[in-house]
Amino acid sequence: MTIAVINSGGANLGSVVHALNRLGAESVLTRDAAEIRAAERVILPGVGAAAWAMNALREAGLVEVVRGLTQPVLGICLGLQLLFERSDEGDAECLGQIPGTVGKLAVDASLRLPHMGWNQLAWSDAGDPLARGLSGDEWFYFVHSFAAPVDHAVATSEHGQRFAAVVRRGNFAACQFHPEKSAAAGARLLANFLSS
Amino acid sequence: MVAVRLIPCLDVRDGRVVKGVRFRNHREMGDIVELAARYRDEGADELVFYDITASPQRRSVDVGWVEKVAAAIDIPFCVAGGIRDVDTARAVLHAGADKVSVNSPALERPALISELAEAFGSQCVVVGIDSIREGSHLRVRQYTGDPDNMVDPRRDTEHWVEEVQRLGAGEIVLNCMDSDGVRSGYDIDQLAHIRALCKVPLIASGGAGEEAHFLEVFQQADVDGALAATVFHSGQIAIPELKAWLAERRVVTRF
Repeated sequence: MTIAVINSGGANLGSVVHALNRLGAESVLTRDAAEIRAAERVILPGVGAAAWAMNALREAGLVEVVRGLTQPVLGICLGLQLLFERSDEGDAECLGQIPGTVGKLAVDASLRLPHMGWNQLAWSDAGDPLARGLSGDEWFYFVHSFAAPVDHAVATSEHGQRFAAVVRRGNFAACQFHPEKSAAAGARLLANFLSS
Repeated sequence: MVAVRLIPCLDVRDGRVVKGVRFRNHREMGDIVELAARYRDEGADELVFYDITASPQRRSVDVGWVEKVAAAIDIPFCVAGGIRDVDTARAVLHAGADKVSVNSPALERPALISELAEAFGSQCVVVGIDSIREGSHLRVRQYTGDPDNMVDPRRDTEHWVEEVQRLGAGEIVLNCMDSDGVRSGYDIDQLAHIRALCKVPLIASGGAGEEAHFLEVFQQADVDGALAATVFHSGQIAIPELKAWLAERRVVTRF
């Protein structure tokens, strides 16, 4: 299987490649349009701010490439947020594959931002291919201050408010947490993506 | 609900893990990748690697071992030591670290914090603070990795905690030097006091000696994570048992 990890220019993209290696899956970190279009699976990772990441995709000529992908795509963290129409973070226009606007997590004084650490999911669609083999009690590693609305979520999590932890629309799926840093549960989710 | 984090801290010198008491008398504890993998398997929630000689010697971290750790483990880890510019931080993050922690270099040049936050986002930027009691005041110390070259940067801990957040720190590790290495418990008063000033996650460091100390720091100081070295490295406290013990006492842990 060919797997393209889109080199969106952010930090620690290597972690996704390492996680795929541990699953025995080879991947390429790339910003080459032809290579991304031809891959059987595409991963859109992202760390950093939405406006900055969209600029990086635009400069690499990848906005229309990503929008046009028909194979299974998995966004990770900021990669999830970029799939929505807009983000309040830098008032950025995003890819628009999923309706809705990403906003800052509304937390009271007892909760911290960023939402950083291990949290659990509530699957609203336990039949989603990404949920296969997961009991629902697993913990996943989150690091974010902005979050997507729950309308297209197949799993939600909570930090001050409920937010989209896993979303799916057609061939585009994404998770707000970092499966590549979520120990055995994350590895399972990535394996599910590869076999979906 | 987000779980508290148990964070073994691996002090690194010349590519090996060491741990001193009160930052002196280092003795070698083992291979970095082996230890990292051991902690991952035991359920550590995160790891911190401090290259304790990097900052005083003004050299930056060697990314070779960072890459090896990243390839081996699937939990988040943070690297500290001698990161004094965006390029070095980028090299460490690209090698697979999730966060970089800055301490002495941020005191040298506070703008470093905002430069890192701008380049990588606040969530990648941890500020480590070594804090010591001076009478009724809490004061910051610099270059604590090298007792012969330790510096008093003439800052109150409270002011520095507020300033680093303003500059874009995404997390603060507060190392309470008076309790560090003594194993008589975290400095609850100090941590609870700083917690009230801290909108970002706060990690307690210094003083863990027994299971009850972890319960105290989570219940009484409301910290997001607790960092410890000797009690974990020596095998005195095993993380799975500690987590089960905390969970029985209604602390939310991942296991």
